[in-house]
Amino acid sequence: MVTKISVRNLEYRYNGLGALAGVTVDLPANAVSVLFGPSRAGKSTFLRCLNRLNDLIETEGTTLRGQILLDGEDIYAPTVNVTELRRRVGMVFALPIPLPMSIRENVAYGLRMRGEHRQEKLSESMERSLSQAALWDEVKDRLSEPAMRLSGGQQQRLCLARVLALEPEVILLDNPTSGLDPLSTAKVEASLKHLRAEYTIVMVPHSVQQAARMADLAAFLLNGELVEVGTGADLFTRPRERRTEDYVTGRFG
Amino acid sequence: MKMSRQSSQRVAFAALTIVAVIVVVPVLLVVAYVMAQGIGAINWEFLTAMPREGMKAGGILPAAVGTIVLTLGTALVSIPLAVGGAIYLAEYARDNWLTQVIRLAIINLAGIPSVVYGLFGLGLFVLFLRLGTSIAAGSLTLGLMTLPVVISTAEEALLAVPQHFRVVSRSLGASRWQTVRHIVLPNALPGILTGVILGLERAAGETAPILFTVAAFYLPQLPRSPLDQTMALPYHLYVISTQVPGMPLRVQYGTALVLLLLVLGLDVAATVIRSQYRRRRQW
Repeated sequence: MVTKISVRNLEYRYNGLGALAGVTVDLPANAVSVLFGPSRAGKSTFLRCLNRLNDLIETEGTTLRGQILLDGEDIYAPTVNVTELRRRVGMVFALPIPLPMSIRENVAYGLRMRGEHRQEKLSESMERSLSQAALWDEVKDRLSEPAMRLSGGQQQRLCLARVLALEPEVILLDNPTSGLDPLSTAKVEASLKHLRAEYTIVMVPHSVQQAARMADLAAFLLNGELVEVGTGADLFTRPRERRTEDYVTGRFG
Repeated sequence: MKMSRQSSQRVAFAALTIVAVIVVVPVLLVVAYVMAQGIGAINWEFLTAMPREGMKAGGILPAAVGTIVLTLGTALVSIPLAVGGAIYLAEYARDNWLTQVIRLAIINLAGIPSVVYGLFGLGLFVLFLRLGTSIAAGSLTLGLMTLPVVISTAEEALLAVPQHFRVVSRSLGASRWQTVRHIVLPNALPGILTGVILGLERAAGETAPILFTVAAFYLPQLPRSPLDQTMALPYHLYVISTQVPGMPLRVQYGTALVLLLLVLGLDVAATVIRSQYRRRRQW
């Protein structure tokens, strides 16, 4: 497998607290990589390092050490255009947060901000991305309605579509099915499996079960430390580490 | 005697209701009294004619127009400065000494008596910048005076836009300015407008800052350029109430009524704008 993102010895501290303690992992292209572990393991922090969303935290004492290479290039190099990076590395948050505008405007937002104003390009990407997120059929006749009027599951898929519209190379998903019913969860999971053909997907799952269902590559994080990483098939059936086994089998967590 | 919890609850509720009603009473009294005393003076001539016979007859057109022009001029000065400042403070400023100096300056600006603004305007705009006693000098003075109110309310309105909208916008590859321009400002607009209108109301009714910078005692013509002097309602009211012997009371209260209605009109506009937006707001 081709490595898309290579994380070298990533250390992240904020307010003096260690959130990540020297994580090294290679995330493959065209696959679903799953980062799982109990809360406060550093999963969300890890994701937010990958598109430099942590830059927006303005508290004192935030330090990042180590390297993150995207296609071999250091994304924390001073020459990197962060706005451009975030277009290549999109993010879906745990809570669906539609922007306070119509469904159509939500999907078009990223492209417009990039300077795309051609109507045919916008409507082409509208249909493509909403279809990829398994939402098109449900909203195609109500694109002008406020996005806040959609159900929770629909909002979550809208947020996915909004990222897909930008045609990023990497999609980060921080617990994209939290608060979704099983049917919507299945829809989101199915579309993610479909999408990995074209995208590099890195997700924090809702549960160990979801991790097992989705993972091409699985990484187990505990207290900011990467305990074990392996293919999904290996890690959930033949974990090498005792702690991984205990967590996967539900002995703690 | 000790009251039961229920009756003390009832007493407290009644007391608070009475206090709340007392707040409303003076407003209604002022409006009703000025209305009753002044309504007789108001007719077409009063609103559209120049003053005659030592201001005892004729109309108040130049003063009314002067106040409207000054209010617009104030808006022109204070809106860009205040909204720009508020955006800086809410969206860009870090918590450092510069920001603290700016905040301190705003608080102090709000505390300066309006007559001091008048003197300052006289020194800086009228004399030093040689604008003369003019609409330009008056608008600049009033604009400065309204800055603190508008900045504070605008900043509050900007900060009221939920933080997660900004994070989402940035995560979709929007720059900081694009986020401000397309997400924060549109959603903060009703609050900003409320602040602007509150500031303009105060400017429209002030006498002291225009005393030295723009207001004319008696100038029966309409202003033609920003460098002209003009009459203005608050100063006109002062003049006809204290400086002209034998002035009919009716004319004084008529003038007061016009000023009051102008300000109340702005209030109504603010309320309507706010409720319109609130109905459309999605968060």
